[in-house]
Amino acid sequence: MMALSRTTLFGGVLLLAGVIGFALLPGFVGGYGLSMAINFLMFAILATAWAMFSGPSGYVSLATVAFFGIGAYTVAVLGERLPWGAVLLLAAAIAFLVALLVGLSTLRLRGVYFVIFSFGLAELIRQVVNWYESTQAGSVGRYVFLDITQEQIVWQLTAVLALLFIVGWLIERSRVGFALRMIGDDETVALHCGVNITLIKVLVFSLSAAFMALVGAIVAPRWTYLDPSIAFNPNISFQVLIMALLGGARRLYGPLLGVIPMVLLFEYLSTHFPHLFSVLLGVTFLAIVYLVPHGVAGLIEGYVQRYRKRFPGKRAESDIPKEGAL
Amino acid sequence: MAFLDALLNGLTLGGMYALVAMGLTLQYGVARIMNLSYGEFLIAAAFAAFWLFQVQAINPLLALVLVVPVAFGANWLIYQIMLHPLVKRSRDRGELEVNSILATFGLLFVIQGLVLLLFGSNYFSYTYISNVFIIAGSPIAADRLLAVGVAVVLGTALYLLLVRTRPGTALRAVSVDPRAAQLAGIDVRAASAMAFALGGGLVAASGVLVSMFTTFNASMGVVFTMKALIVVIMGGAGHLMGALAAGLILGLVESFVAVYVAPGLTLAATFALFLIVLLIRPTGMMGRAGA
Repeated sequence: MMALSRTTLFGGVLLLAGVIGFALLPGFVGGYGLSMAINFLMFAILATAWAMFSGPSGYVSLATVAFFGIGAYTVAVLGERLPWGAVLLLAAAIAFLVALLVGLSTLRLRGVYFVIFSFGLAELIRQVVNWYESTQAGSVGRYVFLDITQEQIVWQLTAVLALLFIVGWLIERSRVGFALRMIGDDETVALHCGVNITLIKVLVFSLSAAFMALVGAIVAPRWTYLDPSIAFNPNISFQVLIMALLGGARRLYGPLLGVIPMVLLFEYLSTHFPHLFSVLLGVTFLAIVYLVPHGVAGLIEGYVQRYRKRFPGKRAESDIPKEGAL
Repeated sequence: MAFLDALLNGLTLGGMYALVAMGLTLQYGVARIMNLSYGEFLIAAAFAAFWLFQVQAINPLLALVLVVPVAFGANWLIYQIMLHPLVKRSRDRGELEVNSILATFGLLFVIQGLVLLLFGSNYFSYTYISNVFIIAGSPIAADRLLAVGVAVVLGTALYLLLVRTRPGTALRAVSVDPRAAQLAGIDVRAASAMAFALGGGLVAASGVLVSMFTTFNASMGVVFTMKALIVVIMGGAGHLMGALAAGLILGLVESFVAVYVAPGLTLAATFALFLIVLLIRPTGMMGRAGA
């Protein structure tokens, strides 16, 4: 039964407000505001998609940029030959298939093995693309000339973000989401309970990869020139990881809480301290790991729980978040 | 003789990979810290050797004596101050792995950023010895040969230290089972700090040696971390001989792929190899089952 709790309704209203806000945004802000909005939406989708798989399952993936780059490259190669909608679908489908293949072979690796492999997967794909472009296609870079404005990018990203939240919400409350959390708690136990762990992991991993590729495809027209070191820039994976962790990867809305401050911080650092960017990025990362281990969402929920303990009986039982993974 | 060239090149390359990986296998196998900033220490040491040679006219072999103790001390402090709180905070080994990955990931950016700040993003190299030896018709640079020679000495010394001495045995005991080691009266924290610092010393030594025969820049650390991780995981965590074998295999595969297939595909070959080993034996070539 779809008994909507107060929290869910609240989330739905917020989502609707957000969509309307971003849809109307281009009427109110200039070019700079639009480009900030694109940055924000782009990282919001990437971080939420990352957390959709890595949050509950505990598999830390550093392959975000691999799928993002696949999306961008699909546009670079096919953007002028096919209608835009087909290109987007194709980008998502290719990433889904690649993730399926990679997932089938690597998701049986546990913990650190998976981190390392995903860490290198993006580099591997980048090298192969680089090798192909320079030896087979003739030149390393490609030009993307498409008639797509900043406004249209904002609208498309808003739609994808809304879709992602709906998909993420459905997964979270479905059997798949429950199985994924079980895998995160204890894979052996999940296996013994009859969960098809490989299927669940690969399915959600591929789904999140498809969303990452969509982002890459949608923002590709922003760069008129594209080469493997731009499309597969490993910093994107790292930034997404930091944002999702700061926000809290255990909640669907968690990464969003990390994306807002981090996009602003990156913008500030790269304009004011371009030379110190990397050092300050590292220090921020260390501060997050040591000071906010469960993210902003964890902090907020801690406060909420303490408040509810002090004033019991004010909320319905179903509103109280469950302890444990998620 | 392309074959002999590739073979010699692969063996020297593989020897260096093995040395680089031995330090990481100590840090990961004994101290249980998955150190993603490992390669940055290598690059930092390479830059230190470069600076000592160009500015202070101190030769790289002497630089080894200066750089390694500093790196040892720095890594000991990093373990005691930064990483031990994580060990205390983590409930099990899996959680410690994730926590240490995240923390050393931050450290990676800090060190890389500092090196960038000091030296910029250009490629650096220097010439220490410019002689070339001819082995069975194949040329091989003398500085490269010297680096591999020193690597062999260091590797052997480490092996003897671990196998023939009491402190070394304590380290191996911690690597097998930290809890049982504690019951046997071993100070696990001290042993872990020692292993982490030894690993740090080794990677600094590798950095000085690597700087003698290759060009390097500030953002290359990640490449070394990746390769060291692959070697460690292929060889089995905490297993010195496994690291040696895997390092040599990796070096040979890279060298032969570069000569006979395409230089642009060496990394692809590395990953293919890594994946095959992991799929066949998830605990590494010499790892214990279920480890």
